[in-house]
Amino acid sequence: MVERTPILNFFTHLILFAGFVFCVAPFVIVAIAASHNLKDVNDVPMSLLPGSDFWVNIKTAWTTADLGPKLFNSFIMAFGVAAGKVIVSALTAFSIVYFRYPGRMLIFWLIFITLMLPLEVRIVPTYAVVANVLDPYQAIMDLTGLSWLIQKISGVQVQLSLGLLNSYSGLILPLVATATGTFLYRQFFLTVPDELTEAARMDGAGALRFFVDILLPLSRNNMAALGTIMFLWAWNQYLWPLLITTDQSHAMAVTELKQLIPNVGGAPEWHIAMAGTLIIMVPPMIVVVLMQRWFVRGLIATEK
Amino acid sequence: MEKRVTFGRWTIGILFAVPQLLLIFTFFYWPAGQAVYWSLTLQQPWGGGNIWVGLDNFRSILANADYWNSITASMIFAGISTGLAMIIALVLAALTDRQLAGSWLYRVVLIWPYGIAAPALALAFRFILAPEAGFMAAVNKFWPGFWDPGLNGADAMASVIIAFSWKYVGYNFIFFLAALQAIPRSLIEAAAMDGSGVVRRFWDIQFPLITPTIFFLLVINITESFQDSFGIVDIMTAGGPANATNLMVYKIYSDGFKGLDYSGAAAQSIILMLLIVLLTIVQFRFIERRVHYR
Repeated sequence: MVERTPILNFFTHLILFAGFVFCVAPFVIVAIAASHNLKDVNDVPMSLLPGSDFWVNIKTAWTTADLGPKLFNSFIMAFGVAAGKVIVSALTAFSIVYFRYPGRMLIFWLIFITLMLPLEVRIVPTYAVVANVLDPYQAIMDLTGLSWLIQKISGVQVQLSLGLLNSYSGLILPLVATATGTFLYRQFFLTVPDELTEAARMDGAGALRFFVDILLPLSRNNMAALGTIMFLWAWNQYLWPLLITTDQSHAMAVTELKQLIPNVGGAPEWHIAMAGTLIIMVPPMIVVVLMQRWFVRGLIATEK
Repeated sequence: MEKRVTFGRWTIGILFAVPQLLLIFTFFYWPAGQAVYWSLTLQQPWGGGNIWVGLDNFRSILANADYWNSITASMIFAGISTGLAMIIALVLAALTDRQLAGSWLYRVVLIWPYGIAAPALALAFRFILAPEAGFMAAVNKFWPGFWDPGLNGADAMASVIIAFSWKYVGYNFIFFLAALQAIPRSLIEAAAMDGSGVVRRFWDIQFPLITPTIFFLLVINITESFQDSFGIVDIMTAGGPANATNLMVYKIYSDGFKGLDYSGAAAQSIILMLLIVLLTIVQFRFIERRVHYR
């Protein structure tokens, strides 16, 4: 800037440094606590010099909470949600932007409304749907008299049933069913010049060809952005996996944290708990750090 | 914002939207409708049939002191944590925007909390704020009984607020910085030439220009404080002590899945939905005016 403000600059640095400490301290404390032994971690006050048991604790936390398979499950789920969102959103935005058909605005609003109500507030009935995902369709058939008709004709009583509890699809599909990405794509598609579409059509490209060969390659950045955000979001999901994965084979890493809370009574094993916390913090941190440059550039369109 | 050039055949157009429509019908509209239906009936758990009771479920929750307690707790939580997260983030973003030597470092680090799962940071803060180990134990040594989130409701509320605000400082910081950087430098330089100081420039130029962002974040923070708080509460306090941190979303979960009171939980969901929809509408009326395509 143009003027000299030494005193203000000093305070700026002071406050920013405090902010820096504020942001980093929890990570550092977790990492240090994860390196102590049982006695040292419960010392008052805890020593801020790292102990020597880091790898032992990491190993103990890893085996106690059986984190290997759970991290694997978390990866599957996070990838599934991210991929699902990217694909479904692109298709829908294409339909809304590039076609004129009756009911288009209705579809737009039906999708738009889903942005308002998060899974958390409709959690009880969503759980029931996942317990039998064909329940809505059964109800429709019952209400329209279709099941009655089928029973009359063929004698078979229609009982649609497909449970998705404790399955990857049960974990992933309800999380894909919101429209977060659709509007990102819509906004991007709206900025693609009409001339490009016109040229493609003159060259004889159909809708699908234009979508796959021109639109999708152009929206690479959007895909990466949406994919990253959704990956982090899904990785960090807690309530939904907690509910629908009752058996350990589909449990997520994040929900396992609950098992690491030290018991009341006896010396609390905070060193193990913090080692586990660290393991679970690391994968999304790596994603944030790797994508940071690009992530910030995407958000902050610096044009000075 | 309409396209001049489109692809004709509308049947194909709809096909592209079908996957999304199937998903949102099955996992969004049906459950949301179900929630409305359940809230008006008495549901027996595990498919034991149901009885139509009209608004009785709403009457009984609204007559329940525990529910009002949970609303109050949610409001206190939302108010204080949003306030803290916004103010701290704005101060940090405004100072980082001054582009002194080394401010890139803050920009890098201040984004990190964004990636952390709420339950993971909850467990970290549960340890950091534990009354019997670490630093708060040291304070308790000097001043016995000063800090005990396990017994004292206010301390428990303070713990969950600290954990939540910590995460959202990082989130808000990104958006504030983006908004501040979008302001043309020349505008600020012109004001500097006219002799107005740094603080004056902030209040007269930058602050008014980022009010849409402030408003947007305010709504997002409040909405998230109603949902994203679940993991923090579950790990740190489990709604205790004595319901002091039994926030609305946690109460829905514990009434519905632990108490198996589906109807009561559904009625609570409806009230929470209405609250969030209201917030979203307010937000949209405010923001849509400022969105430009192209």
